[in-house]
Amino acid sequence: MATTLTRRGLGAAAAGLTLFFSLSPAGAQTALPGSLQTNRRLDAWLRISADGTVTVFTGKVEIGQGAVTALLQMAAEELDVAPARIRMVSGDTALTPDEGFTAGSQSMEYGGTALRYAAAEARAILLDLAAGKLGVPAASLTVSDGAIAAPGGAGTTYWAVAQANSLRREATASVAPKPPGQHRIVGTSLPRLDIPAKVTGGAIYVQDMRLPGMLFGRVARPPSYGAKLVSVDLDAVRAMPGVVAVVRDGRFLGLVAEREEQAVKARLALQAAARWEVPAALPDPARLHEDLRARKTDDTIASEKRGDAPAVARRLSASFTKRYIAHASIGPSAAVAHYAADGSSVHVWSHSQGVFPLQRDLVRVLKLSPAAVVVSHAQNAGCYGHNGADDAALDAALLARAVPGRPVKLQWMRDDEFQWEPYNPAMEMALSAGLSAEGRIVEWTHEVWSNHHNNRPLNPKEGSNLLASWHLAEPHPPVYPRALPQPAGSGDRNAVPLYDFPNQKVVFHLIPEAPLRTSALRTLGAYGNVFAVESFMDELAAAAGADPVAFRLAHLKDARARAVIEAAVKLAAEDQGELPRGIGFARYKNLSAYVCCIAEVALDRDSGAVRVPRVWSAVDAGQVITPDGLLNQIEGGIIQAVSWTVKEDLPFDVKGILAKDWSRYPILGFAEVPKLRTAVLNRPDEKPLGAGEASQGPAGAAVANALARALGKRVRALPYTAERVKAAMA
Amino acid sequence: MPAPITLQVNGREATVTAEPDTPLLYILRNDLELNGAKFGCGLGQCGACTVLVEGQPVPSCVTELQAVVGRPVTTLEGLGTPDNLHKLQRAFIAEQAAQCGYCIGGMIMEAKALLDRNAEPTDPEIREALSAHLCRCGTHNRIVAAVQRAVKEG
Repeated sequence: MATTLTRRGLGAAAAGLTLFFSLSPAGAQTALPGSLQTNRRLDAWLRISADGTVTVFTGKVEIGQGAVTALLQMAAEELDVAPARIRMVSGDTALTPDEGFTAGSQSMEYGGTALRYAAAEARAILLDLAAGKLGVPAASLTVSDGAIAAPGGAGTTYWAVAQANSLRREATASVAPKPPGQHRIVGTSLPRLDIPAKVTGGAIYVQDMRLPGMLFGRVARPPSYGAKLVSVDLDAVRAMPGVVAVVRDGRFLGLVAEREEQAVKARLALQAAARWEVPAALPDPARLHEDLRARKTDDTIASEKRGDAPAVARRLSASFTKRYIAHASIGPSAAVAHYAADGSSVHVWSHSQGVFPLQRDLVRVLKLSPAAVVVSHAQNAGCYGHNGADDAALDAALLARAVPGRPVKLQWMRDDEFQWEPYNPAMEMALSAGLSAEGRIVEWTHEVWSNHHNNRPLNPKEGSNLLASWHLAEPHPPVYPRALPQPAGSGDRNAVPLYDFPNQKVVFHLIPEAPLRTSALRTLGAYGNVFAVESFMDELAAAAGADPVAFRLAHLKDARARAVIEAAVKLAAEDQGELPRGIGFARYKNLSAYVCCIAEVALDRDSGAVRVPRVWSAVDAGQVITPDGLLNQIEGGIIQAVSWTVKEDLPFDVKGILAKDWSRYPILGFAEVPKLRTAVLNRPDEKPLGAGEASQGPAGAAVANALARALGKRVRALPYTAERVKAAMA
Repeated sequence: MPAPITLQVNGREATVTAEPDTPLLYILRNDLELNGAKFGCGLGQCGACTVLVEGQPVPSCVTELQAVVGRPVTTLEGLGTPDNLHKLQRAFIAEQAAQCGYCIGGMIMEAKALLDRNAEPTDPEIREALSAHLCRCGTHNRIVAAVQRAVKEG
């Protein structure tokens, strides 16, 4: 049972805190757990209503990963209320806590932890009020679905005792959440809140919004990043049926029409009416990695370790590469924006992963006051990172500004998304290692070259990372955030090995200048780095004459890591098969969930096509909040990573991006997806860890190691598309 | 001003005023306020906009309004409602066969057409039927399991 506080105790604590804050310099506040640290009021997180409902406010948002359902479970658990009583409000600059981005697999750890402590404290406050009303000690009370029972049969409810101001106070985190042994809701697979609407046509996506008087917007982007607008005749477009407004600001072109199909036709006409000068400014795709390596770098040492070790008997080195990957969301980016009739304020609905950072960029670009811009989250198709969501929000606002008083629904076309989303950067990883005479790794170096992996809207002071803002007549400069340092890292994420090597050096060569627009895709640099580390581990195992699994375990002290590898190996051993198999392992960010994958590969020697019929995996994501949700994330991550690995290679030439539709960017289909088996190692006494990005690195590496076995030769350059594998076989 | 056009959607007649070449998808979403069919590519490549016309699955993003006059159209909403789910909808919920869910409406419509012509499809037959539908979240195997569950539970 959680510790409860007496009314006197709470009152004194609250008064004490107020005094403390009023006298303390800024920044000297008590540290609070998770996102409570930056959103310190209990009523920012929870509202208990007299009608028997609870409203939970979260800054984290649903992007198809099931986070909002899992957060509901955590709140319901601590409050002792049925999940059905809870209404979730998520990602709204006017309503919810600012929790930054829903990214980095941190919703459980930060958002969930905050909710746990807030809900536990709220429960204690309500019990304290009930104790006063019933005249019994709070410690004698029990709660079941909000009904409070005292010994002897007296009782009341949360709904009866909660006052409007009961939670209007600073959180103290003084009430410990329940120990895992008492969990009844956490650890069960509560069905996702959003799925019934998604299978019946309910209004759940931003595209499903219909506001009175709403118009439809489209943009007509330049044909490439650096294209110059030579001339454009807007009059013919303005005269088209249904067209209400045509917007030109610098080289930003867009329009608004009464009907959606009119907007689509007008967009085609606007594209045809614009004459562009297109420079040959992108790298020769055949020399991509040479081009990137020739650029200036900002170098940081991600890890350096010196220790006593046996002499090096043999040295190996190898260089690995990966190319650009697109987020390739199934639903192109979209937004709804509604300017007040007097143009003084705007409300934007966006599928952004960070409505607060987006709002700050919008304030600057639209030249409005912070109070005049509200951003509310609404879902779209999965984004898997920083896709066009935030850009579409600005597009919608720029178009809506031309028709104040009327809402505008802006939808990107398929080619807008493929051509303008920020891609996962191309990378190069140069590894070298020294083996002792006994076949142990005694030296390890890993150098990684990469563009920025995170160019989200971020900077609260100047500049903007919203696409259209760069194209305006008064352009805003893009802002390159500082690369996230280790241990999480960005381009160097998971470049520091979890293995125990006596000597190691890991260097991150950040290439600030990016020929193609890049930003965050699931795992940032971890997919590339784990591919390199795990490929090289197999190469070293072979050089040492060791079994790849035994070789890994021999260099790994972390007990949870070892358990995950052993579990995956055991699971795979249950299924017979002739096809070559490979292993891949990582602990995401070296801080989050552990995953080991074993993949089998079927190689078509005539075409070079690589198929991955089966993948076995094991995961330790700490305490499991919702087992089915965890499986869905791990297995979806494996399938997406197999697609990246064997299918995806963003086509471009010196003049621009060549992918305009799915024909030039094929992804894994139903006939190709692997059958999956997954073992979950639940650790109820460990903290819950996100799982949305844990399996991609290990899955890609496992495919690489299986392919090396199938080919009898290692291919160190991703992706393994049929033509590239065929060329490597020659 | 184009002449009004009458079409049959989910068993009801609806009259809209739009150009005859308007993609059916925009009529369904904007005039009839039906959310089930989604805009994914506008090119008939991804399957997110799939509806049934005379029982056959078609991509509504490249099907013109004039092409469905006199031919009954069924959307996801025409299968069942939250209170009265179709067996496929029930099975997709039971299998939690969605992540972002954007492709799911199209998957269910394609599966409906499959089960109408083949009441007991095999795993490869289900995958073949869905092969033109893209899913980016990697939910494929759950989608197949949901179709199998619908077959079993009937």
